[in-house]
Amino acid sequence: MTGVLAFLGRNTLDFLRYCGGLYDVSKKAAYWTFVAPFKGQPIKWRTAIHQMVMAGVDSIPIVSLISLFIGIVLALQGAYQLQKFGASYFVTALVGVSVTRELGPLITAIIIAGRSGSAFAAELGTMKVSEEIDALEAMGLNSIRFLVVPKYLALLVMMPCLTLISDASGILGGGIFEMLQLGQTFKTFITATTDSLAMHDITTGLIKSIEFGLIIVGVGCYEGFAVKGGAEGVGKATTSSVVVSIFLIIVADVIFTAIFYYTG
Amino acid sequence: MADELQGPMIRVVDLVTHYGERCILNHVSLDFPTGETMVILGASGTGKSTLLRHIMGLEFPTSGSIYIKGEDICKMSEDRFNQVRRKIGMLFQGAALFNSMTVEENVALPLRELTQLEESTIRIMTRIKLDLVGLSGFDNYMPSQLSGGMKKRAGLARALAMDPEILLFDEPSAGLDPITAAGIDALILKLKLAFKMTIVVVTHELASAFMIADRVTVMDHGEIIATGTPEEVRTNQHPRVLQFMNRIPDGEDMDAQAYLRTITQT
Repeated sequence: MTGVLAFLGRNTLDFLRYCGGLYDVSKKAAYWTFVAPFKGQPIKWRTAIHQMVMAGVDSIPIVSLISLFIGIVLALQGAYQLQKFGASYFVTALVGVSVTRELGPLITAIIIAGRSGSAFAAELGTMKVSEEIDALEAMGLNSIRFLVVPKYLALLVMMPCLTLISDASGILGGGIFEMLQLGQTFKTFITATTDSLAMHDITTGLIKSIEFGLIIVGVGCYEGFAVKGGAEGVGKATTSSVVVSIFLIIVADVIFTAIFYYTG
Repeated sequence: MADELQGPMIRVVDLVTHYGERCILNHVSLDFPTGETMVILGASGTGKSTLLRHIMGLEFPTSGSIYIKGEDICKMSEDRFNQVRRKIGMLFQGAALFNSMTVEENVALPLRELTQLEESTIRIMTRIKLDLVGLSGFDNYMPSQLSGGMKKRAGLARALAMDPEILLFDEPSAGLDPITAAGIDALILKLKLAFKMTIVVVTHELASAFMIADRVTVMDHGEIIATGTPEEVRTNQHPRVLQFMNRIPDGEDMDAQAYLRTITQT
């Protein structure tokens, strides 16, 4: 019994410590991005743009390809059910709404967590192990401003952009199936899509994507800074940054979807 | 104020530090006189690198104070402390060069970020520092293209970039062959003669220690067991100091009962 209690206690403490660390990194990143530039500590735009290219532009092919396939799969599954009711016209609406509201932001976030979140953890972890972060601090240069803010800004800007690309390719993927198999014309596909989608569907998806981006940066950077003990530590941090990011993304997704559902 | 100027550059008072439960520094008090070279000797894990990291403000003590030019860095605001840090240069054990930047960018980084100097001035200053450590012509090399000794030299050039008053070395000869290590020692001596810097060197290399030191401090298990001029320390009769100076390994004699206890303990 005491063993169980000790186990629970230890894990709760670890969990709270983790949340505290995550909150701390996120708070500092937000401070150095939004407040410090007005106090004469400008943002490193060159590194930020470099990060935007690495995390954003370079992810466009993989994000659009996966979203295209998800769109096709969704249309296939939708048609399987809706055809029974002779309602295959609504497949377009189904794909459009589920991609913009849910799958676009989610798929983008999972790809970016795997691609960029892990890279953040590995980069900062390696710098921690080789004392580069200490060297930066020793010069009196803030490591959050130098290393985290460019990544923070990159995802803040790039997550909504990638999500829009993902939305478009998902809908297009659905459209390809509808036009080839359900005998829709390109025109009916476009009309059905624009009719079924409200601006609200797209904006809620974009709001989610920004939140997911903040989670990915926060977890990736926190894991990187928390690395202890050499190459093995870097490996562990990289793995757990992906696992924790995806977990937190799903949790945030539930919360946001519920909020959007109840507030209309 | 006059007293502070006369006083030591760095004064460590009653410093206590723990890593978790383990006590790393146990009531350490030490003065680092202005313009002198202090070598801190000790076996691995005796807390000498930790002491250095505290002076650099990379770690904070459980209790105690560190005064740099009379100001307590443990009670300073972050902004003020960053001002003080500009006057301290540190060479890390693994040189800690930024791997994504060239040698020139590494050395120029503090100048570019912390001063308002013209780019042309920064270039000239960077060249001067690189020349000082014997690395002229390597400006555009990446750290991964340099040998261990060259990395240390580049790290030293970066530590010197802001013309520090205090220079800290964490194991300058670690991982280097004897010839290269002697080269680094010669470089420290050269800097000592050329600039009136207060230098702190943490090492376990006896030969190198006595070559560069004005003062030597020996640490053991988080405590200072001897401090003074090289001659004083060489003739010190403390058993651990003698053991360290004469390179005698720790005894392996352990009585049977104690041994039995260590292996049966759960």
